[in-house]
Amino acid sequence: MSVNATEVLAELAAGRLPDARGRFGPFGGRYVPETLIPALERLEAGVREHLRAPSFQEELSAQLTSWVGRPTALTFAARLSAEWGARIWLKREDLAHTGAHKINNALGQALLARRLGAQRIVAETGAGQHGVASAAACARLGLPCIVYMGAIDMERQAPNVGRMRLLGAEVVPVTAGDRTLRAAIDEALRDWVSDPLGTYYLLGSAVGPHPYPYLVRELQAVIGREARAQFLKVAGRLPEAVMACVGGGSNAIGMFHPFVSDPGVEIIGVEAGGTGSTLGGNAATLSYGQPGVLHGTYSMLLQDRDGQIQETHSVSAGLDYPGVGPEHALLARIGRVRYESASDTEALDAVRALCRYEGILPALESAHALAGAKRWAAAHPDGTLIVCLSGRGDKDMPTFQQTLLAEHA
Amino acid sequence: MNAHERIGAAISAAHARGEPAVVAYLTAGFPSRERFQSDLRRIAAAADVIEIGVPFTDPMADGMTIQRSSRIALEQGVSLRWILEELAALAPALETPLLLMSYLNPLLAFGLEPLARAAERAAVAGLIVPDLPFDEGETLHETLAARGLALVQMVTPVTPEERLERICARSQGFLYAVTATGTTGRTVSVPAEVTDYLDRVRRRARIPVCAGFGIRSREQLERLRGHVDGVVVGSALVEVLERGEDPAEWLQTLRGRAGF
Repeated sequence: MSVNATEVLAELAAGRLPDARGRFGPFGGRYVPETLIPALERLEAGVREHLRAPSFQEELSAQLTSWVGRPTALTFAARLSAEWGARIWLKREDLAHTGAHKINNALGQALLARRLGAQRIVAETGAGQHGVASAAACARLGLPCIVYMGAIDMERQAPNVGRMRLLGAEVVPVTAGDRTLRAAIDEALRDWVSDPLGTYYLLGSAVGPHPYPYLVRELQAVIGREARAQFLKVAGRLPEAVMACVGGGSNAIGMFHPFVSDPGVEIIGVEAGGTGSTLGGNAATLSYGQPGVLHGTYSMLLQDRDGQIQETHSVSAGLDYPGVGPEHALLARIGRVRYESASDTEALDAVRALCRYEGILPALESAHALAGAKRWAAAHPDGTLIVCLSGRGDKDMPTFQQTLLAEHA
Repeated sequence: MNAHERIGAAISAAHARGEPAVVAYLTAGFPSRERFQSDLRRIAAAADVIEIGVPFTDPMADGMTIQRSSRIALEQGVSLRWILEELAALAPALETPLLLMSYLNPLLAFGLEPLARAAERAAVAGLIVPDLPFDEGETLHETLAARGLALVQMVTPVTPEERLERICARSQGFLYAVTATGTTGRTVSVPAEVTDYLDRVRRRARIPVCAGFGIRSREQLERLRGHVDGVVVGSALVEVLERGEDPAEWLQTLRGRAGF
């Protein structure tokens, strides 16, 4: 299907995407077993009724302020800028409660689930950040929480497994499939299919069947709204570019959405380039993928010629996913956002740089955005750039021990 | 009689003999590629319709058994293309109607029009696509219908009445009534609310109704008699193949035809 970039941008700006069928242009939709259709229709009706209702927004806003710690800071990275070039600002989602942007969505959906009368919450997690955020939000609201996590991810993100358990969640290891985020989503969907009406599926990224990509974007857009207002206040104008890492793409769509209608702002998403361009060596869906259906949505996918989903590789568990949110697929198709990738090595180098120059330990996911920022800064030495620092890196200590700290072992 | 009418006719013929028709599922190329054609023939001798599973890496509606059989089939290089070639090469052709059961993505990768063409050539009567709810299925429905092929739709115990009505109007071949929420492969009991639900579906449907998900035993079949036109057996039959037992013999026992 051909898409007209100008028309699509106008539709986006007017808030008409996704359309009534959950489509972002050709992407999106609702490709799930029939059993889940009534649950998704109920969720969609719930989103329509509550999300923009003043009482819901007040409740959400109060929790975001008093419990999450919003607004998060916008930090000028003076020494990093001096080293890399450009003027680099960091939107500090690492300072949000539980250490990443994931809490914005988890809290919002948990509040919604409570209003919809859910008896139990299931969630999937890759890096563990969405699992921790869901566990915390459920504890805060008194809801039981079950988190599915791939066995490989449980190993490489061990600190987060303990955090989830302390927060009262039941963590279920997933040993089927590729034992990472993708298999965890398969398993969470299977759980939900078993109890579609009593269980609320708290999906953690801007992927999945309608209305999730929309719901997650709306709950994460607080990142971009704050960053835009904060930057305008300190600089008196908009930045020349904004940048975020893209796995499923929730921090990115939250950062990008409020800037999409600002024609002067360049928008760049950075995917996980892993070890290179060979199939299975990366998780850079928009760079190397083809359109297809996975986890309920039509979007770009890393797949072989038979339509089988490919295993992916990234040093960062949170980006290790063969799909991407349908709105990103559209933004790539119309050229409004440029998607590039950063390798494992570039990401690890960026971790080291941010620690050394700014005293901030970033998550490996966020380090991909920083690696992109380094390249952008080299090409735009006088430019201004906001990077979404989506999370903090404490959870990645097991990986850092084996890489950046290997010489100390 | 076009392809999708053959499915309904096969189910009705069995039903007319006073027993629920049996739709038998096997994952293509499981347990081995070499046995695919001979397993098909043996199952065809004891089933009224055969559902051939196209393996997929992410079978989200399936339980452990079919996840396992799908993985093993994929490891042997089974693809939709291979399955269609194998079916086209069957000689003599099977009289038992064949359905393909596939998740959507392998079908999209093949291309819907080439798929309909190849399916017709392979004497496939229709498709079941578990992650394609009927509101998203218009294009596939029309592409298949142009060649007389069926797109079998599913309904579940949580499907609202008004939606049930619309699905009944659209389904071809038979209506696949999922007996319980959840994935395939778990044993389900058949309490009164299940038979009530099946009766409700059957009153609406203008084509045969087959119950599936969790059907494993003769007792369940007896309980379902009079409430459905047929049953789908999937995971239980895959487990029979996994144990190296004779699928035809097992199907005959299920049907109460001891001493076959």
